[in-house]
Amino acid sequence: MSAEAETPTVDEPIVPSPGSTGPSGSPGRRLPLGRLIAALLLVVLAAVPLFVAQFPTSMLARMLIFALLAVSLDLLVGITGLPSLGHAAYFGVGAYTAGLVAKHWTAAAPIPLVAAVVVAAFAAAATGWLAVRSHGVFFLMLTLAIGELIQQLSESWSDVTGGDNGLYGIPAVEVAGEPLVLVGYVYWYVLIFAVLGFAVIWAVSRSPFGAALRGIRDNEARMRSLGYSPFRYKLAGFVIAGAVAGLGGGLLAVQQQLVTPADLGFTTSALALLAVAVGGAGSLWGPAIGAALVVLIRDVYGPDLDGHGTLVLGVVFIVAVYSLRHGIAGLATTQFRRGPGRQTEKADG
Amino acid sequence: MTEWFADNFVSILNGLAIGSLLFILAVGLSLVFGMMDVLNLGHGALYLIGAYVGFQFTGGISSWGGFLTALAVAAAFGLVAGLILSVATEPLVGRGHLDQALLTLGVALVVAEVISIIFGDDVQNVVAPPGLNESIQVFGNTYPAYRLALIGVGAVLAIVVWLVIEKSSLGALIRASVSDREMVSSVGVDNRKVKAGVFAFGSMLAALAGVLGGPVYGARTGLDETVLLLALVVIVIGGLGSVRGALIGSLVIGQVESLGRANLPEFASFMLFGALAVVLIVRPRGLFGSKVGAP
Repeated sequence: MSAEAETPTVDEPIVPSPGSTGPSGSPGRRLPLGRLIAALLLVVLAAVPLFVAQFPTSMLARMLIFALLAVSLDLLVGITGLPSLGHAAYFGVGAYTAGLVAKHWTAAAPIPLVAAVVVAAFAAAATGWLAVRSHGVFFLMLTLAIGELIQQLSESWSDVTGGDNGLYGIPAVEVAGEPLVLVGYVYWYVLIFAVLGFAVIWAVSRSPFGAALRGIRDNEARMRSLGYSPFRYKLAGFVIAGAVAGLGGGLLAVQQQLVTPADLGFTTSALALLAVAVGGAGSLWGPAIGAALVVLIRDVYGPDLDGHGTLVLGVVFIVAVYSLRHGIAGLATTQFRRGPGRQTEKADG
Repeated sequence: MTEWFADNFVSILNGLAIGSLLFILAVGLSLVFGMMDVLNLGHGALYLIGAYVGFQFTGGISSWGGFLTALAVAAAFGLVAGLILSVATEPLVGRGHLDQALLTLGVALVVAEVISIIFGDDVQNVVAPPGLNESIQVFGNTYPAYRLALIGVGAVLAIVVWLVIEKSSLGALIRASVSDREMVSSVGVDNRKVKAGVFAFGSMLAALAGVLGGPVYGARTGLDETVLLLALVVIVIGGLGSVRGALIGSLVIGQVESLGRANLPEFASFMLFGALAVVLIVRPRGLFGSKVGAP
């Protein structure tokens, strides 16, 4: 805590910039380059605790966790076309589940995380079964209501969740019987599972299932006439996104050793949506960078601004809406959409 | 039944007062949304501006001068803010709800942070004007006079808004814009002017609601989020773009809030959002939503 090195806080947003020169080539050449950059980034991220002080390392762990939330939200917003304002609810469900399992049962390595994923997936299935029936702005409001409901639950069920004070005293995660106390080890633990979560979302979006989700986003009626059930696909997408958000929450419980109702509140959901919009919805890697930016402003520079980092984030919101139509990903990729008529109006059914 | 009514009389009055306030707040949001398809998540911030204007000009001293000045200043703030928001959302028309939601959310964050920088994070109380800052006897119950006055103000405003929207030619134009704005613009009406007018009017009402709600809820950070959610619940239950729906939604939510908090304090919030979820699932366009217009 004492040594707060100011130099290499974020190398993350810098690394992908060489990629911006790449996409001007033929699309077939992009994939290997993208994989190369991803592998390079992974090596850099894995090496971070060896060269960087504690505070930036733990901030980077926070960025990874928030990025997992943003990327899972992107599966809904960018790939499936479902703008959710309550996605932090599943993040929070995962965080509370992992915290409670670690506190009352066992903190042995993957068990709290597995529990977090399972419970968050169930929560997403139960609420998504209702939510994905609505369209457009009604989906926005229904997810807002669901998120609010789950936050109320976390505040009022104080016997279990600790109420407004939050769930504190979560023990450190144990790997092979040894608790992970050092910041660097916790960071590696977060990194491994965050990469796993990113890989799941990436694989889903590349699969035929992901293609069907994109089809539903662009023209739901047509997909229905082709024999797809948009309801089932959207629900499955919602559950996967919720489960990965739950994984992120489980990692939050490990990293913070504290979970509060604010972690699943409206502001967290809104900031996750900001990360997706700033990064570029639908690109998956863009929202990860957007999330890093949000954490950088809120948690790293926020304390210097007397806790008014949100003011800067609000300005970022406004600027992003006007000047970053397709986010950071849109800046890097010039031929984002072919043809002059972009599908701005999502098929509202 | 009569016994239950007598027991809950104060709660029912409270519910009416909350309902009045919610109507003033929500009718503008409903019209802007129903008409121009703009979801203004900054509506709560307008209320917050009103609440702090009320605090600034009354400042713990009960005076009619201060209270009326606050109302006038808040109205001016609301009008200007509404015009700005209308102009700001103009380039986003046709770009989907997500961009509008992000923009207005950003504005709301900035406003709330600026207010917190100026006034700090302490809870501030706003005092009702003289004559209304005491309690009176209503059917054997002691009840704050200000809340009764609030019910009256809400009723008067509801009648005025209803008359304007349903009976005047201006109201006909607004209703026509809610139903089919392409048709309205094809007969030669500048949509943007109608939108700016309704946006300014609705925002003014939201800021006024902030001043009027001051003696009940005070002025504190986080209030914008609370009232925004309540207003969203109201307009979703009542139906978008409908004055009658906003009125009935406000009265229903006022009672749910008040009776729920009095009788089942632990479940009040769940009832509120549970009601919202049920209505959205069963009747996605609200109980009194217009059947026409784009889905």
